Amino acid sequence: MIDVSTTPATNKTGPASRRRTYRPNAQYIPVLATLSLLIVMYTFGAVSYENFTHPSVLLNLFTNNAFLLVVAVGMTFVILTGGIDLSVGAVIAMTSTVAATLLQAGWPAGVVIPVVLLVGGVLGLGMGAVIHFFKVEPFIATLAGMFLARGIALLINQNSIPITNEFWTSIAETRIVFEPGVYISGMALVALAVVAVAAVVLAWSRFGRNVYAIGGNADSALLMGLPVGRTRIGVYTLSGFCAALGGLIYSITTTSGYAGHGTGTELDAIAAVVIGGVLLTGGSGYVLGTVLGVLVLGMINTIVNFASLNSWWARMAIGVLLFAFIVLQRLVTRKAK
Amino acid sequence: MTLQKILKSRLMWPVAMLVVLLLCALIFSDGFFDIRIQDGHLFGTPVNILRASAPLVLVAIGMTLVISTGGIDLSVGSVMAVSGAMACLIIGDLSNQNSVGGVAVAVVAAIALSLVLGLWNGFLVAVLGIQPIIATLILMVAGRGLAQLITSGQIINVQSSPYKVIGAGYVLGLPVSVLIAAVVLAITVLLTRRTALGLLLESVGGSPVASRLAGIQARRFTVMVYIASAACAGIAGLIYSSNVSSADGNNAGNLIELDAILAVVIGGTALTGGRFSLAGTTLGALLIATLDTTAQSVGIPPEATLVFKAVVVVVLCLAQSATFRAMLFRRSTPRPAARAEVPA
Amino acid sequence: MGEPPAVLEMTGIQKIFPGVVALDGVDFRLLPGEIHALMGENGAGKSTLIKVLTGVYGIDGGDIKLSGRDVLFTGPLQAQEAGISTVYQEVNLCANLSVAENIFIGRQPRRFGRIQWSEMRKRSAGLLARLDLDLDVSAPLNTYSLAVQQMVAIARAVDIEAKVLILDEPTSSLDASEVAQLFAIMRRLRDSGVAILFVSHFLDQIYEVADRITVLRNGALIGEYRTAELPQVELVRKMIGKELATLEQLESRPRESAEQIERGEPILRAEQLGRDGAIAPFDLTIHAGEVVGLAGLLGSGRTELARLLFGADKADSGKLELDGKPVSMRSPRAAMAHGIAFSSENRRTEGVIGELTVRENIILALQAARGWTRPIAKRRQDQLVGKYIKALQIRPDNPEIPVRNLSGGNQQKVLLARWLITEPKLLIIDEPTRGIDVGAKAEIQRLVAELSSGGMAVLFVSAELEEVLRLSHKIEVLRDRRLVEELDNTGDVDADRIMRTIASGATS
Repeated sequence: MIDVSTTPATNKTGPASRRRTYRPNAQYIPVLATLSLLIVMYTFGAVSYENFTHPSVLLNLFTNNAFLLVVAVGMTFVILTGGIDLSVGAVIAMTSTVAATLLQAGWPAGVVIPVVLLVGGVLGLGMGAVIHFFKVEPFIATLAGMFLARGIALLINQNSIPITNEFWTSIAETRIVFEPGVYISGMALVALAVVAVAAVVLAWSRFGRNVYAIGGNADSALLMGLPVGRTRIGVYTLSGFCAALGGLIYSITTTSGYAGHGTGTELDAIAAVVIGGVLLTGGSGYVLGTVLGVLVLGMINTIVNFASLNSWWARMAIGVLLFAFIVLQRLVTRKAK
Repeated sequence: MTLQKILKSRLMWPVAMLVVLLLCALIFSDGFFDIRIQDGHLFGTPVNILRASAPLVLVAIGMTLVISTGGIDLSVGSVMAVSGAMACLIIGDLSNQNSVGGVAVAVVAAIALSLVLGLWNGFLVAVLGIQPIIATLILMVAGRGLAQLITSGQIINVQSSPYKVIGAGYVLGLPVSVLIAAVVLAITVLLTRRTALGLLLESVGGSPVASRLAGIQARRFTVMVYIASAACAGIAGLIYSSNVSSADGNNAGNLIELDAILAVVIGGTALTGGRFSLAGTTLGALLIATLDTTAQSVGIPPEATLVFKAVVVVVLCLAQSATFRAMLFRRSTPRPAARAEVPA
Repeated sequence: MGEPPAVLEMTGIQKIFPGVVALDGVDFRLLPGEIHALMGENGAGKSTLIKVLTGVYGIDGGDIKLSGRDVLFTGPLQAQEAGISTVYQEVNLCANLSVAENIFIGRQPRRFGRIQWSEMRKRSAGLLARLDLDLDVSAPLNTYSLAVQQMVAIARAVDIEAKVLILDEPTSSLDASEVAQLFAIMRRLRDSGVAILFVSHFLDQIYEVADRITVLRNGALIGEYRTAELPQVELVRKMIGKELATLEQLESRPRESAEQIERGEPILRAEQLGRDGAIAPFDLTIHAGEVVGLAGLLGSGRTELARLLFGADKADSGKLELDGKPVSMRSPRAAMAHGIAFSSENRRTEGVIGELTVRENIILALQAARGWTRPIAKRRQDQLVGKYIKALQIRPDNPEIPVRNLSGGNQQKVLLARWLITEPKLLIIDEPTRGIDVGAKAEIQRLVAELSSGGMAVLFVSAELEEVLRLSHKIEVLRDRRLVEELDNTGDVDADRIMRTIASGATS
């Protein structure tokens, strides 16, 4: 007879409980760092520039970056599974062009919106299917998606197409005005709604948890009987959908469709996600972090504007921040091991 | 060599596609293959394709080395911009822009700066242990800012005939840019295949940990390939900026990292690292350049080549995907016994 | 006493991989409330059978009946839903998620589609308590040891209301007390009517818990036996299908007297060498021609000690002398320059490079030592590689095929060949015989013996005490990351003696 009740239990809880204390903190470190950075930047702006503390500055961060926020949320899901989606910028171009073209052809807005979202979702679905079924690297598959989407946009029309549809122009003007000059646009509210839904899905749905599981260890997830294929394809579909929604928002705020829209958006989205503390290898991070990441990018641009600096300073600053946060990620994961 | 062997060869797909493309060009575009000698220089569409492909071939060679170690270098486009900006900045400040010595200094300075950028990438990847795609993303984002910082946000135009030679000159009737690419290719092939460098790189790509335990200085090789990649990109940046006689921080090498990665993948080098083929990469780069040029000469709007590229990427990935191949070959050709892994 | 109807019945299972018949008409059955061992050498088809059973692979022939009904699973999820749960050798959980989540992911309790986290944590804690585990269920799994992770995997499997529980080499990373705990859990589950399929390389463990044994060889069924009616020797014979000549031969190898070796100059002397958190400072002396065995449980610091000597990890205290001269071991490369070779226990991740050919893998270390600018001539390569393929009987003997296509035992031989061509003075081999079949194991043991008679010093790390005892002149016993005792392997040292030291930690 082997007595098992005593020794092993003492063996194992010892080291475990010792480590328990700092561990939960480690998961929040990146998000907290981003938050403090945001506060520091805001304080810097407030001290250095007149009018920086005006409430419109903060609200405009959301209004101006609504499309990026939506795209970055989709990207968050993809990166949480350990993948990447390079096609989002091109999907913005494609969807804005398609929307503008259809509206010009006299289609009603109520039809155009679902069609455009469907197009984005289907492209994502296709990329996800190629990634999953043929084990093609996400990097390459979404690169193909990027070429395809941008190419289709250019084939449809190489010029900027103005949108005159009433619905479009009217929602572009929709805003909640707090006081004169201080408002939040309807599109920003749409973006925030997307954020809220995404946060709930990630924390409280099986799909969301499966996303984390796949990012942690896809092989294990498969052996644990999780629907890895469905989840992975779902994530890219979601990202395609978000990018299409981002494209719609872009076309609404600019009231135009153009194949040149969204150039480099994939980089901004990835940067926002990384600065927001989502681990690039997958499995760890929060939508809230991504929101903070987008706000940091927006804040950089705002400060560069206030300082009337050239826009390349913003690129440099984003590069430096990326570096800092990536090193931080490195340190945190190293400690966890 | 049996038909099956040929079908399965890594180079089969790019070669076949190149042939099909050239055939299309031959049929749809008159005088596509007309090569004539004018002023002692070669002219004609094929020569144009080669000239157009030189920067891409260069960048793709560096990219192949990086990818063979399991890495990736997204910053090549930015490095091109920085290198061109550096050279034009120095040349623009010369009292005599036609001084060969001054241009030489500019070229050396530009390449030296590229090497430093490569060292930075290598440092991030090999010493700090950051994922390559992310580490080089930093320079990709910041590099263009750096290029514009060098040129103070302006496009610097230069009027320097020695500098012009790099991108648009001819030697012995052949375009200098093509010769540069060919020389770099030859040197790289010699360095990797005539020494043990190729094997050691493939080993690092196959398993960095195992390589270190086998006594390979994996870090040193990793830093080396990023430096090599940046050097190639730097030279490509010189060719580009020399060709347009200016430094343009925004457009130089824009999206070339994607074309270069595409060329490497077309050439049969897996993105996961390990085995690499410089011949395949060169073919891939030529294929992409041909695609761009042919589309123009056939009258397809150049934008459509993006759709083409998308199709090519998908087809290639499927062709190289083991799963897809297994589906195709399942009935007709059982794989040789030695290749089948027998799970215990 | 009649047998109850089988819960699982597989008949005539056929599975063909391109060019290889992995399973050839195999029958297999599991009765409720039994622990059934599936035995066979590497390549016998054990894993394939398990993967077929759990729906990871499809089958090319035969049928599977679960509780009398025909079933065909298209994936692990379907198998799980039908009541077949699997715990694999490498813990297959998601270490980034919490303990509770790992137990419940995919079937979290939900209300209105929303996951009930508190309910989930409560149920996890209850479940773990039944397995005598007291863990913080909301802590990420990666804060716990591998052994605990394995138990969590079993908790997950058990909670899926499994009719059939498959344990695929669950013990290979556990120490003795953990194995005992696992066995207690297995017996408890068996008594509650679960059919358990158990795979292990350790014969003793099989005889300790299994009720019946099914033996496979080369993808074919050899037979099904009651454990009590099948002597160990008989089992081994059925598994390898040949006489144990090599093993027995080794058994009678005359041991060189340790004294004779001790008279020579030591080639390596470590003095209070140590590394914080890995291994406490230790003294160790190794002479030419000596086989030094490292004995100890997993996690006792065996591997850590070996890695320090090779410079794979840097020591942060103590001195190291080679041939009487002090050296600092900064990197594997430095160690190689001093004639030290190290073959890692993680053959696939730290040993061979799967994509490269057998030839390239074999010359790799020598080439690395020479530097990239001085390639080894192709003719010289062929000569060296050919020699070692022959000497070590590497199969298949084609040097130009990727090494990943070789079996585990042959990969191990490739790894040994890689180091032997560097002609080291000291060869450190960490668990060279783990997870490889009995025949290859015997060959590797014989090789070690030969090398030491040829004057090479060997530091031999193994979890199997019998093996250490058989080969070593001197045995270093480790416990809790500390070298606790050095034993001259004379006639009166046996496994029992070593185990007492491991258990007590006292230097008698």
